[in-house]
Amino acid sequence: MGFIGETVDSVKSIQIRQFLSQVVSFGMIVTSALIIWKALMCVTGSESPVVVVLSESMEPGFKRGDILFLHISEDPIRAGEIVVFNVDGRDIPIVHRVIKVHERLDTAEVDLLTKGDNNDEDDRLLYAQGQSLRSKVREQVLEHDVRHIEEKLEEI
Amino acid sequence: MHSFGYRANALLTFAVTILAVMCAMASLSDNFNSPTPSAQVQVLNINWFQKHQDGNDEVSLALNVSANLQSLFTWNTKQVFVFLAIEYETPMNSLNQISLWDGIIPAKEHAKFWIQTSNKYQFVDQGSNLRGKDFNLTLHWHVMPKTGKMFADKIVMSGYRLPQEYR
Repeated sequence: MGFIGETVDSVKSIQIRQFLSQVVSFGMIVTSALIIWKALMCVTGSESPVVVVLSESMEPGFKRGDILFLHISEDPIRAGEIVVFNVDGRDIPIVHRVIKVHERLDTAEVDLLTKGDNNDEDDRLLYAQGQSLRSKVREQVLEHDVRHIEEKLEEI
Repeated sequence: MHSFGYRANALLTFAVTILAVMCAMASLSDNFNSPTPSAQVQVLNINWFQKHQDGNDEVSLALNVSANLQSLFTWNTKQVFVFLAIEYETPMNSLNQISLWDGIIPAKEHAKFWIQTSNKYQFVDQGSNLRGKDFNLTLHWHVMPKTGKMFADKIVMSGYRLPQEYR
Protein backbone atom coordinates (compact mmCIF):
# COMPACT_ATOMS: atom_id res chain seq x y z
CA MET A 1 0.00 0.00 0.00
CA GLY A 2 2.75 2.38 0.91
CA PHE A 3 4.73 1.41 -2.19
CA ILE A 4 1.76 2.02 -4.53
CA GLY A 5 1.02 5.26 -2.78
CA GLU A 6 4.63 6.34 -3.21
CA THR A 7 4.65 5.46 -6.92
CA VAL A 8 1.41 7.29 -7.59
CA ASP A 9 2.73 10.31 -5.76
CA SER A 10 5.97 10.40 -7.71
CA VAL A 11 4.16 10.00 -11.07
CA LYS A 12 1.72 12.74 -10.18
CA SER A 13 4.50 15.13 -9.18
CA ILE A 14 6.32 14.56 -12.50
CA GLN A 15 3.12 15.18 -14.44
CA ILE A 16 2.33 18.26 -12.45
CA ARG A 17 5.87 19.58 -12.92
CA GLN A 18 5.76 18.97 -16.67
CA PHE A 19 2.39 20.55 -16.94
CA LEU A 20 3.46 23.62 -15.01
CA SER A 21 6.63 23.86 -17.04
CA GLN A 22 4.62 23.85 -20.27
CA VAL A 23 2.26 26.49 -18.95
CA VAL A 24 5.18 28.73 -18.03
CA SER A 25 6.80 28.26 -21.45
CA PHE A 26 3.59 29.14 -23.18
CA GLY A 27 3.19 32.18 -20.98
CA MET A 28 6.74 33.27 -21.84
CA ILE A 29 6.04 33.07 -25.55
CA VAL A 30 2.86 35.09 -25.27
CA THR A 31 4.46 37.76 -23.11
CA SER A 32 7.50 37.98 -25.41
CA ALA A 33 5.17 38.72 -28.29
CA LEU A 34 3.47 41.38 -26.20
CA ILE A 35 6.82 42.87 -25.18
CA ILE A 36 7.95 43.08 -28.81
CA TRP A 37 4.69 44.78 -29.79
CA LYS A 38 4.90 47.33 -26.98
CA ALA A 39 8.57 47.96 -27.71
CA LEU A 40 7.68 48.63 -31.35
CA MET A 41 5.03 51.07 -30.18
CA CYS A 42 7.66 52.85 -28.08
CA VAL A 43 10.35 52.91 -30.75
CA THR A 44 8.11 54.11 -33.56
CA GLY A 45 5.98 56.37 -31.38
CA SER A 46 2.89 55.12 -33.15
CA GLU A 47 -0.19 53.56 -31.58
CA SER A 48 -0.29 50.78 -34.10
CA PRO A 49 3.12 50.30 -35.67
CA VAL A 50 1.97 47.54 -38.00
CA VAL A 51 -1.22 47.79 -40.04
CA VAL A 52 -2.74 45.74 -42.82
CA VAL A 53 -4.01 47.36 -46.01
CA LEU A 54 -7.76 46.76 -46.06
CA SER A 55 -8.96 48.09 -49.41
CA GLU A 56 -7.78 48.42 -53.01
CA SER A 57 -7.77 52.18 -52.90
CA MET A 58 -3.97 52.44 -53.23
CA GLU A 59 -3.42 49.95 -56.04
CA PRO A 60 -1.15 49.16 -57.79
CA GLY A 61 1.19 50.38 -55.05
CA PHE A 62 -0.40 48.70 -52.04
CA LYS A 63 -2.55 45.64 -52.44
CA ARG A 64 -5.15 44.34 -50.02
CA GLY A 65 -3.47 42.28 -47.34
CA ASP A 66 -0.13 44.11 -47.56
CA ILE A 67 1.51 44.81 -44.22
CA LEU A 68 2.76 48.32 -43.52
CA PHE A 69 5.29 49.42 -40.91
CA LEU A 70 4.63 52.89 -39.60
CA HIS A 71 6.49 55.39 -37.51
CA ILE A 72 5.95 58.89 -36.14
CA SER A 73 8.33 61.75 -36.74
CA GLU A 74 8.25 65.45 -35.99
CA ASP A 75 8.57 66.58 -39.61
CA PRO A 76 5.55 68.40 -41.00
CA ILE A 77 3.24 66.56 -43.36
CA ARG A 78 3.61 67.56 -47.00
CA ALA A 79 1.63 66.84 -50.14
CA GLY A 80 2.35 63.46 -51.68
CA GLU A 81 3.11 61.70 -48.44
CA ILE A 82 1.16 58.61 -47.51
CA VAL A 83 -0.62 58.82 -44.18
CA VAL A 84 -2.52 56.27 -42.12
CA PHE A 85 -5.39 57.61 -40.09
CA ASN A 86 -8.65 56.71 -38.36
CA VAL A 87 -11.77 58.75 -38.88
CA ASP A 88 -13.21 59.83 -35.55
CA GLY A 89 -15.37 57.12 -34.12
CA ARG A 90 -14.21 54.38 -36.47
CA ASP A 91 -11.45 51.85 -35.95
CA ILE A 92 -10.57 51.12 -39.55
CA PRO A 93 -7.15 52.49 -40.53
CA ILE A 94 -7.23 54.32 -43.87
CA VAL A 95 -4.07 54.42 -45.95
CA HIS A 96 -4.22 57.31 -48.42
CA ARG A 97 -2.05 60.01 -49.93
CA VAL A 98 -2.18 63.69 -48.97
CA ILE A 99 -3.16 65.85 -51.93
CA LYS A 100 -3.76 69.21 -50.25
CA VAL A 101 -1.96 70.92 -47.40
CA HIS A 102 -2.86 74.23 -45.78
CA GLU A 103 -0.42 74.95 -42.98
CA ARG A 104 -1.22 77.79 -40.61
CA LEU A 105 1.30 80.53 -40.14
CA ASP A 106 0.72 81.16 -36.44
CA THR A 107 -0.34 77.84 -34.94
CA ALA A 108 0.79 74.27 -35.43
CA GLU A 109 -2.44 73.38 -37.15
CA VAL A 110 -2.59 72.02 -40.63
CA ASP A 111 -5.59 71.17 -42.81
CA LEU A 112 -5.22 68.17 -45.06
CA LEU A 113 -7.17 66.51 -47.78
CA THR A 114 -6.37 62.92 -48.70
CA LYS A 115 -7.22 60.61 -51.59
CA GLY A 116 -6.51 57.02 -52.45
CA ASP A 117 -4.39 56.63 -55.60
CA ASN A 118 -6.91 54.26 -57.11
CA ASN A 119 -9.99 56.25 -56.12
CA ASP A 120 -11.65 58.77 -58.39
CA GLU A 121 -12.90 60.92 -55.54
CA ASP A 122 -11.01 62.44 -52.66
CA ASP A 123 -11.84 61.65 -49.06
CA ARG A 124 -14.16 64.54 -48.27
CA LEU A 125 -17.13 62.24 -47.85
CA LEU A 126 -15.13 59.92 -45.64
CA TYR A 127 -14.54 62.70 -43.12
CA ALA A 128 -18.09 64.04 -43.36
CA GLN A 129 -20.11 63.78 -40.24
CA GLY A 130 -21.98 67.01 -40.43
CA GLN A 131 -21.83 70.25 -42.24
CA SER A 132 -18.59 71.83 -41.24
CA LEU A 133 -16.48 69.10 -39.81
CA ARG A 134 -13.51 69.62 -37.57
CA SER A 135 -12.34 66.31 -36.36
CA LYS A 136 -9.15 65.56 -34.53
CA VAL A 137 -7.58 62.64 -36.22
CA ARG A 138 -4.61 60.76 -34.91
CA GLU A 139 -2.42 60.30 -37.90
CA GLN A 140 0.34 57.84 -38.31
CA VAL A 141 2.31 58.29 -41.44
CA LEU A 142 4.40 55.97 -43.48
CA GLU A 143 7.51 58.02 -44.08
CA HIS A 144 6.89 61.14 -42.03
CA ASP A 145 4.46 61.53 -39.23
CA VAL A 146 2.75 63.99 -37.01
CA ARG A 147 1.33 63.95 -33.55
CA HIS A 148 -1.89 65.77 -33.95
CA ILE A 149 -3.72 66.92 -37.04
CA GLU A 150 -6.90 68.88 -37.34
CA GLU A 151 -8.84 68.01 -40.44
CA LYS A 152 -11.29 70.44 -41.85
CA LEU A 153 -13.91 69.69 -44.43
CA GLU A 154 -13.05 71.83 -47.43
CA GLU A 155 -15.96 73.84 -48.68
CA ILE A 156 -16.66 73.22 -52.30
CA MET B 1 16.95 15.27 -34.70
CA HIS B 2 16.14 13.97 -38.13
CA SER B 3 12.38 13.89 -38.00
CA PHE B 4 10.35 15.60 -40.66
CA GLY B 5 9.32 18.35 -38.28
CA TYR B 6 12.88 19.39 -37.42
CA ARG B 7 14.00 19.33 -41.02
CA ALA B 8 11.03 21.30 -42.24
CA ASN B 9 11.61 23.90 -39.54
CA ALA B 10 15.29 24.23 -40.36
CA LEU B 11 14.56 24.53 -44.06
CA LEU B 12 11.89 27.14 -43.57
CA THR B 13 14.05 29.26 -41.26
CA PHE B 14 16.93 29.15 -43.70
CA ALA B 15 14.67 30.05 -46.63
CA VAL B 16 13.15 33.03 -44.84
CA THR B 17 16.57 34.28 -43.76
CA ILE B 18 17.92 34.07 -47.30
CA LEU B 19 14.83 35.86 -48.60
CA ALA B 20 15.30 38.67 -46.10
CA VAL B 21 18.97 39.03 -47.05
CA MET B 22 18.12 39.15 -50.75
CA CYS B 23 15.46 41.78 -50.20
CA ALA B 24 17.92 43.89 -48.23
CA MET B 25 20.55 43.59 -50.97
CA ALA B 26 18.02 44.47 -53.66
CA SER B 27 16.92 47.50 -51.70
CA LEU B 28 20.54 48.62 -51.16
CA SER B 29 21.30 48.29 -54.86
CA ASP B 30 19.01 51.24 -55.43
CA ASN B 31 21.60 53.50 -53.82
CA PHE B 32 23.94 52.94 -56.75
CA ASN B 33 21.51 54.55 -59.13
CA SER B 34 22.08 58.28 -59.62
CA PRO B 35 18.98 59.61 -61.32
CA THR B 36 18.92 62.62 -63.66
CA PRO B 37 15.27 63.54 -64.06
CA SER B 38 14.09 66.56 -65.97
CA ALA B 39 10.75 68.31 -66.19
CA GLN B 40 9.09 71.34 -67.66
CA VAL B 41 5.65 72.80 -67.01
CA GLN B 42 3.88 75.47 -68.99
CA VAL B 43 0.69 77.18 -67.95
CA LEU B 44 -1.12 77.35 -71.26
CA ASN B 45 -4.19 79.22 -70.12
CA ILE B 46 -6.19 80.34 -67.14
CA ASN B 47 -9.56 78.86 -68.06
CA TRP B 48 -11.39 80.72 -65.35
CA PHE B 49 -10.73 82.42 -62.05
CA GLN B 50 -13.71 82.97 -59.77
CA LYS B 51 -14.63 83.59 -56.16
CA HIS B 52 -17.22 81.26 -54.69
CA GLN B 53 -20.18 82.30 -52.61
CA ASP B 54 -18.43 81.10 -49.47
CA GLY B 55 -15.50 83.41 -50.17
CA ASN B 56 -12.96 80.94 -51.52
CA ASP B 57 -11.11 81.59 -54.76
CA GLU B 58 -11.00 78.90 -57.40
CA VAL B 59 -8.82 78.69 -60.50
CA SER B 60 -8.94 76.36 -63.45
CA LEU B 61 -5.71 76.07 -65.43
CA ALA B 62 -4.69 74.37 -68.64
CA LEU B 63 -1.23 72.89 -68.27
CA ASN B 64 1.41 71.35 -70.42
CA VAL B 65 3.64 68.94 -68.48
CA SER B 66 6.62 67.25 -70.04
CA ALA B 67 9.11 65.17 -68.11
CA ASN B 68 11.72 62.50 -68.46
CA LEU B 69 11.87 60.31 -65.37
CA GLN B 70 13.39 57.27 -67.02
CA SER B 71 16.62 57.49 -65.01
CA LEU B 72 14.65 56.88 -61.80
CA PHE B 73 13.77 53.33 -62.77
CA THR B 74 15.91 50.42 -61.62
CA TRP B 75 15.13 46.73 -61.70
CA ASN B 76 13.87 47.17 -58.13
CA THR B 77 11.25 49.79 -59.02
CA LYS B 78 7.60 48.83 -58.83
CA GLN B 79 6.08 52.14 -59.82
CA VAL B 80 6.67 55.87 -59.68
CA PHE B 81 3.87 58.10 -58.46
CA VAL B 82 4.26 61.53 -59.99
CA PHE B 83 2.19 64.60 -59.22
CA LEU B 84 2.27 68.30 -59.93
CA ALA B 85 1.63 70.54 -56.96
CA ILE B 86 1.10 74.25 -56.82
CA GLU B 87 2.68 75.92 -53.81
CA TYR B 88 2.02 79.41 -52.53
CA GLU B 89 1.84 81.48 -49.37
CA THR B 90 -1.07 83.44 -47.93
CA PRO B 91 -1.41 85.73 -44.90
CA MET B 92 -3.21 83.00 -42.95
CA ASN B 93 -1.18 80.01 -44.13
CA SER B 94 2.59 79.79 -44.31
CA LEU B 95 2.30 77.02 -46.87
CA ASN B 96 -0.41 75.85 -49.23
CA GLN B 97 0.21 72.83 -51.39
CA ILE B 98 -2.46 71.68 -53.81
CA SER B 99 -2.05 68.74 -56.12
CA LEU B 100 -3.27 69.66 -59.59
CA TRP B 101 -2.53 66.47 -61.45
CA ASP B 102 -1.10 63.06 -60.69
CA GLY B 103 -0.28 59.87 -62.49
CA ILE B 104 1.23 56.49 -61.92
CA ILE B 105 4.17 55.39 -64.07
CA PRO B 106 4.32 51.61 -64.00
CA ALA B 107 7.38 51.08 -66.19
CA LYS B 108 10.40 52.81 -67.68
CA GLU B 109 8.84 53.05 -71.14
CA HIS B 110 6.11 55.31 -69.83
CA ALA B 111 8.45 57.54 -67.85
CA LYS B 112 9.12 59.98 -70.65
CA PHE B 113 5.88 61.80 -71.22
CA TRP B 114 4.23 64.94 -72.48
CA ILE B 115 0.65 65.68 -71.48
CA GLN B 116 -1.70 68.53 -71.92
CA THR B 117 -4.48 68.69 -69.36
CA SER B 118 -6.57 70.96 -67.23
CA ASN B 119 -6.18 70.49 -63.51
CA LYS B 120 -7.44 67.12 -62.34
CA TYR B 121 -8.18 68.35 -58.85
CA GLN B 122 -9.87 71.57 -57.85
CA PHE B 123 -7.58 74.44 -57.09
CA VAL B 124 -9.49 76.14 -54.28
CA ASP B 125 -7.91 78.50 -51.80
CA GLN B 126 -8.82 78.89 -48.14
CA GLY B 127 -10.08 82.40 -48.57
CA SER B 128 -9.66 84.86 -51.35
CA ASN B 129 -5.92 85.46 -51.68
CA LEU B 130 -5.17 84.39 -55.21
CA ARG B 131 -5.37 87.57 -57.26
CA GLY B 132 -1.92 88.44 -58.53
CA LYS B 133 -0.44 85.64 -56.44
CA ASP B 134 3.05 84.34 -57.23
CA PHE B 135 3.30 80.59 -57.08
CA ASN B 136 5.65 77.66 -57.64
CA LEU B 137 4.85 74.58 -59.63
CA THR B 138 6.62 71.56 -58.23
CA LEU B 139 6.78 68.18 -59.90
CA HIS B 140 7.06 65.56 -57.14
CA TRP B 141 7.77 61.90 -57.61
CA HIS B 142 7.51 59.06 -55.11
CA VAL B 143 9.37 55.92 -56.04
CA MET B 144 7.86 52.68 -54.75
CA PRO B 145 10.47 49.92 -54.92
CA LYS B 146 9.65 46.24 -55.15
CA THR B 147 11.47 45.78 -51.86
CA GLY B 148 12.72 48.48 -49.54
CA LYS B 149 11.84 51.92 -48.35
CA MET B 150 9.99 54.41 -50.53
CA PHE B 151 11.76 57.63 -51.35
CA ALA B 152 10.74 60.87 -52.97
CA ASP B 153 12.18 63.93 -54.64
CA LYS B 154 11.00 66.92 -56.61
CA ILE B 155 11.81 69.66 -59.10
CA VAL B 156 10.66 73.16 -58.17
CA MET B 157 9.74 75.53 -60.98
CA SER B 158 9.07 79.06 -59.87
CA GLY B 159 8.17 82.31 -61.51
CA TYR B 160 4.48 81.82 -62.19
CA ARG B 161 1.82 84.35 -61.34
CA LEU B 162 -1.97 84.40 -61.31
CA PRO B 163 -3.83 87.24 -62.99
CA GLN B 164 -4.77 90.31 -60.99
CA GLU B 165 -8.45 90.16 -61.83
CA TYR B 166 -11.09 87.48 -61.86
CA ARG B 167 -12.13 86.21 -65.27
